[in-house]
Amino acid sequence: MGLRTPLYDAHLAAGAKMVPFGDWDMPLHYGSQIEEHHAVRRAAGMFDVSHMRILDLAGARTRDFLRHLLANDVAKLKIPGKALYSCMLNETGGVIDDLIVYFLADHRFRLVVNAGAAVKDLAWVRRHAGDFEVAVTPRDDLAMIAVQGPTARALTLPLLRESLRAHAEGLKPFHAVWDGDWMVARTGYTGEDGFEAMLPSAEVPAFWDALRQAALRPCGLGARDTLRLEAGMNLYGSDMDEQTSPLEAGLGWTLAWEPVERRFIGRETLEARRRQGGLRAFIGLVLLERGVLRDHQKVYDRDIEVGDITSGGFSPTMERGIALARVNGDIGERVQVAIRGRRLAAKVVRPPFVRHGEVLVG
Amino acid sequence: MSEMPSDLKYSKTHEWAKDEGDATVTVGITDHAQGLLGDLVFVELPEPGTAVERGGECAVVESVKAASDVYSPVSGEVTEVNTTLVDAPETVNEDAFGEGWLFKVRMSDASELDGLLDADGYAESLEAEDD
Repeated sequence: MGLRTPLYDAHLAAGAKMVPFGDWDMPLHYGSQIEEHHAVRRAAGMFDVSHMRILDLAGARTRDFLRHLLANDVAKLKIPGKALYSCMLNETGGVIDDLIVYFLADHRFRLVVNAGAAVKDLAWVRRHAGDFEVAVTPRDDLAMIAVQGPTARALTLPLLRESLRAHAEGLKPFHAVWDGDWMVARTGYTGEDGFEAMLPSAEVPAFWDALRQAALRPCGLGARDTLRLEAGMNLYGSDMDEQTSPLEAGLGWTLAWEPVERRFIGRETLEARRRQGGLRAFIGLVLLERGVLRDHQKVYDRDIEVGDITSGGFSPTMERGIALARVNGDIGERVQVAIRGRRLAAKVVRPPFVRHGEVLVG
Repeated sequence: MSEMPSDLKYSKTHEWAKDEGDATVTVGITDHAQGLLGDLVFVELPEPGTAVERGGECAVVESVKAASDVYSPVSGEVTEVNTTLVDAPETVNEDAFGEGWLFKVRMSDASELDGLLDADGYAESLEAEDD
């Protein structure tokens, strides 16, 4: 039996098919993954993401610590409540995890990390925090719900307490507000508008019920994956890992090279790799024939193997196979993907595939 | 547990076969199988005329989650395939034992049907799987 979020019983009551996900038992879907996907693109869905781990950092040198620990630069976070997406790298420039860091107040930051990497993340953060006298507190007392979709914010706002509501209403993307242990951020992993709410575990079942009453559809990990894939968002462990450089995972935009004197962990190796050249490209693929692209399928350009799919699936919005892939050097506009012994034509595109309900690739 | 039609024969690999009485059988996957797979998004069917072996791979059903081989429950020749599934693979989710049939086979050895499970036998094999 896996770990259970505080919403485990609520999932069973809603007819969830539960599956092991890392150390956790999580809902895969509540009947139809595709209908859940469409609900988020067209209206509003919600996800229990309480398996993600929240780490609170405190100490006078927390900002300096994070400027050393993270490949993106928290110096960009000037106003409390601002959030930043970043990779946390090892010394050789591989990705330990990708995360969101929130600037809470002077000397206080919050990290939200992936469930599957949480144990090693905590060990890594603690290992380096000592040098900066930063206290690391895992917030296992908090749960997290993502409400996503074009109507998600409007449906959720009336359910927030007065003290949060007004501020949450005016939130810009990638900003957060909080009141006590309740925090609402305008972030997500679907390519749609929405909130991610962190709140005390004891209060989350009632909040989930209220959201259900407000017509937010419970969505499982299955829809979460097809939505993030359409949105061109990386999945840790598939699209990048400790052996993969962010430079070869479409994450170059998250690396803050300036100022040059900021020596974040992994910087030296990445600089060397960049100078060296010959980096593999991270691309999007749209299958031109019927079928489904899957992780690890081989990609060919004019009969030469050029790489593989790092995460693939079926896009319910486009009704086509789509994928993210890592390939060698320059390739054409068309490639082939090996599926069960056949080579099917795919078009090379620049992710994202879908954002805010609209298909962005031809 | 979903209802298992008693006029069908079943394989342990979750196919059903319906004896049409003219030496052909209609083949599909069971309701249990479609439930395990989740929403189907793609079905790859054999060409009519293809020779199939009992227990041999002859079709693929893909869901959002995974691709899964379909094995022919009998040997013979494919006579017809359910082409409506090309545009509407979800029919298998909606009606696995009826409109969601996959292909028809003209049997080369009708006695192979006797080697398949009946509804009760298949139900038992599912229970054994769950243990």
